[in-house]
Amino acid sequence: MIGDNLPALIVVIPLLGAVIAPLLGRGQGPWWLATVVCSTVLALSGLLLTRVLAHGTLSYALGGWVPPIGIEYRVDRLNALVLLIVAAISAVVTLYARLSVAKEIAPERLRFFYSAYLMCITGLLGITITGDAFNLYVLLEISSISTYILVALGRQPQALRASFNYLVLGTIGATFLLIGIGYLYLATGTLNMTDLAVRLGEMSHNRTVRSAFAFIIVGASLKLALFPLHAWLPNAYTYAPSAVTALLAATATKVGAYILLRFLFTIFGLELSFATLRADVVILLAASVAVIVGSLAAIRQDDVKRMLAYSSIAQIGYIALGIALVSVTGLSAGILHLFNHALMKAALFLALGCVAYRINSTNIRDLHGLARRMPWTFAAFTAGGLSLIGVPLTTGFISKWYLLRATIERGWWPLAIIIIVGSLLAVVYVWRVVEAAYFHPPAESAKAIHEAPAGLLLPTWALVLANVYFGIDTQLSVGTATAAARALLAAAGGTP
Amino acid sequence: MDWIGHYNYWIYVVLMMIGFYAVIAKPNLVKKVIGLGLFQTAAFLFYISIGMVDDGTAPIVWGHAVRYSNPLPHVLILTAIVVSVSTMAVALALVVAIHRAHGSIESNLIDGSPPKKHE
Amino acid sequence: MIAALAVPLVGALLIVLAGRKPNLRDAVTLITATTLFLCVASLTPDVLAGARPRVALAQILPGMSVALAIEPLGMLFALVASFLWIVNSVYSIGYMRGNRESKQTRFYAYFSIALAATIGVAFAGDLLTLFLSYEVLTLSTYPLVTHKGTPEAIRGGRVYLGLLLSTSVGLFFVAIVWTWQLTGTLNFTTGGILSGRASPLVAGILLVLFCFGIGKAALMPLHRWLPAAMVAPTPVSALLHAVAVVKAGVFTVLKVVVYIFGLEFLQGNGAADVMVYVAGATIVIASVIALRQDNLKRRLAYSTVAQLSYVIMASLLLVPWSVVGAALHIAAHAFGKITLFFAAGSIYTASRKTNVSQLAGIGRRMPWTMGAFAIGALTMIGVPPTVGFISKWYILLAAMDSAHSLVVVVLIVSTLLNAAYYLPIVYGAFFQSAPRTDLHGEAPLPIVAATVACAAGAVLLFWLPGLPLALSWDIVGGAR
Repeated sequence: MIGDNLPALIVVIPLLGAVIAPLLGRGQGPWWLATVVCSTVLALSGLLLTRVLAHGTLSYALGGWVPPIGIEYRVDRLNALVLLIVAAISAVVTLYARLSVAKEIAPERLRFFYSAYLMCITGLLGITITGDAFNLYVLLEISSISTYILVALGRQPQALRASFNYLVLGTIGATFLLIGIGYLYLATGTLNMTDLAVRLGEMSHNRTVRSAFAFIIVGASLKLALFPLHAWLPNAYTYAPSAVTALLAATATKVGAYILLRFLFTIFGLELSFATLRADVVILLAASVAVIVGSLAAIRQDDVKRMLAYSSIAQIGYIALGIALVSVTGLSAGILHLFNHALMKAALFLALGCVAYRINSTNIRDLHGLARRMPWTFAAFTAGGLSLIGVPLTTGFISKWYLLRATIERGWWPLAIIIIVGSLLAVVYVWRVVEAAYFHPPAESAKAIHEAPAGLLLPTWALVLANVYFGIDTQLSVGTATAAARALLAAAGGTP
Repeated sequence: MDWIGHYNYWIYVVLMMIGFYAVIAKPNLVKKVIGLGLFQTAAFLFYISIGMVDDGTAPIVWGHAVRYSNPLPHVLILTAIVVSVSTMAVALALVVAIHRAHGSIESNLIDGSPPKKHE
Repeated sequence: MIAALAVPLVGALLIVLAGRKPNLRDAVTLITATTLFLCVASLTPDVLAGARPRVALAQILPGMSVALAIEPLGMLFALVASFLWIVNSVYSIGYMRGNRESKQTRFYAYFSIALAATIGVAFAGDLLTLFLSYEVLTLSTYPLVTHKGTPEAIRGGRVYLGLLLSTSVGLFFVAIVWTWQLTGTLNFTTGGILSGRASPLVAGILLVLFCFGIGKAALMPLHRWLPAAMVAPTPVSALLHAVAVVKAGVFTVLKVVVYIFGLEFLQGNGAADVMVYVAGATIVIASVIALRQDNLKRRLAYSTVAQLSYVIMASLLLVPWSVVGAALHIAAHAFGKITLFFAAGSIYTASRKTNVSQLAGIGRRMPWTMGAFAIGALTMIGVPPTVGFISKWYILLAAMDSAHSLVVVVLIVSTLLNAAYYLPIVYGAFFQSAPRTDLHGEAPLPIVAATVACAAGAVLLFWLPGLPLALSWDIVGGAR
């Protein structure tokens, strides 16, 4: 019974949690609820992934209405993996949130925080699992609106402006998506993704479909924060509470990438996306610029949180680059980096959250000499940074390996150079922090600072170790990513 | 091509651009929110238009009806309206909070000056 | 074989645990070093007998694993590095205590990790494992370079890390991925894996990528990190930047040339000739720069840059003799240069002198140290009876054999230059008179003992070159 309803439960459980959370009063109740919900979701998504790997694509008719009339939940290898990422990261971040959020948010707001938090996760999981285009829009808005709330809860007053800007841009992006979906419906008369894919097969020269394509790609890129549609990201990440930043960086943009993948490959197909409309050229250009500009901007930041935000823009560029190479290796690299970047960025933001917990600042000048006071925190940060650079034995290395292979396979040397330059720039910005923390003499006020509490360190280190583990044993990540890439390409009509 | 016959599509595009302009050009945050509302509403108009069937009546079971409009876009847009209302609510709440924190809702004034202390 | 990798890592852990008690910690360091050497030495007879043991550790990507495998070249390198680590540990203990350096526990712990990485480089079974150990070596030596924590040390560390990481990620890594893309394997295979799979042009580009990408080989213009690393305490400069790290670089180049390209495959490829000239130019230019350095350690560093290019040049002459010469030179230079660094550190500990111009007459106060220094200098120049002569002899033979007359000229010029920047130091130390104010004596006993032991090693290897020679010949298939 539970087994059959797995896909629905993954979305329904956090949704119920979001409704119940505000009722649990002002104590730690909401947090416990969030913990239970997130770990349950994690277990379920793990189960779902093993099932999909064993039996192939699962289809689930929501409410018993058979697709295409009802809403279909459809789980294949790709979204099973993304589901697992979202569930795993949110579970770890929830554990972390207890202390971190309690410090950054007023106690009377805590229950609403957890409500919005669970709602956000609901939306992200829903986007990933749904097989219905309009449903995707609704869930996107559910996750976005709760994200605006979460960002606005940040301690500094600038958080409100950041949230407002994100809201404006996010709503425009979502509305673009809505219009695009409308055009698709106009052209095909269906909203089910599988149906859409079938009917769009012969419509690549239809003008309505082309407009739909443009609207949807722009909308999804906004959510993904692909250059030049990234303007909302730095402020939102900088001013949001630490736990929220980690969650957003690791999951929200990944789901954005998923939307892009789903529309480009499954729905529009290779013929339309790449042979006729050459989306790959546009995305490649945007991604290349994102890698370089994002990294350069990261180097110039004094606030480490903002630095990591810009680094995210660069890393999103890597993901998009892999996707736009449109080959099995490239696509695997993109999906793999989606997974790996979630791990490393979450680890980095959590480590930074530990710092913020102790010193209430993330400015690089306030970090001077702190490594002696907080050795575990900065060891975690350094490890995450090494992964970001792509040092062997970390997940970052595996991503870079595949990305580079994919570009060399195609013989596109300029891209290979961009990937490498991006890595080198990452060395610069990571090392700025390392030097500040390890080599600069600490300020007088830093003498009284202690290591972050275990409640924050354990989740952080869990992610750091995951970074190392998936850098060595890549069966799960590489295996699933390659299989998903193959399936996507096969369903989209072979190699162009 | 029937240019005039597609007037509601023209209107949707024009409305949308007016909204978009307000979002970009107006420094006042409330005006931005209004622009955003226009932008979204224009999209709803578009959806409702695509459900339109010539000579169709509202999709309510009624004995005299010859044919009905397509009900699906209408239903979809109900959902989208709910979404839009919640977005609006959050946006306005944010504007109120910004006013409290900065003492202004003119974005050009806020961005230049340091925020007041958080109470 | 795994033990050889595990011993220094366990050692590092124990060092951290024993950090509170300096005596115990130093004992742990010595025991670890000795155990490691015994481990490595116990593998030698099998390798000499022709065994090529191989252990796969983990499967990182489909068809690509982290594996250890021993072949004669790696054996030779591991033997040299692990033996000199023992001597170096003795020396470090004297040096670190004599100079009251801070954070000694961290120092010894990272030292052990660096040694584990060196063994990893030596015993790597494929290019990926090698790359991995190579990067670990870079990162684990960074805290050693910046040990003093002064702004100067940080600057040095920045150059060190920046150059080594950017070359390895920017060029070496690309070359590895490309090789994988071409061949589908990264295993070290006798005769090479690229033969028949890469066009001469691609092979040439790959060779350039490899040679410059392996920044640890300090080929000009990517040599700047080596002088920068001299801000580190002397034991680090001695073992790591005369033996482990730089030798890891040239060792990698040699290994790539022999086991990835294959000698026959590269023959006649213009890129190999170009790289020979680049190496030759590096030798001459670095020697000239060394001549102008007053700081003793910097002079030694530039001398190292030059000597490393001997190995690269030799390996790219692509005849069996040259490979033997290159392998031998790894060992010969190791013994010679570590002696020189030890002597420099000894001088610093006893007298706080760091510049060549201050060394007049110091030989009378520190006869043992400067005696060892003289032997080290002779090894660098290649004068019998030191082991430096043997390796240079082989390289010279190879150059004649392959008709690279320019290489012969480079060898002669650089020998003269070597003599020009080393002999005046020795002469001044013994035959000029010191200022009256100098009242210091010899450095502490562990330092002097270690210095003399290394010098003795350099001489001993001239008379008994059997083992390194046998291993070197095994690399090219034993055809004497």
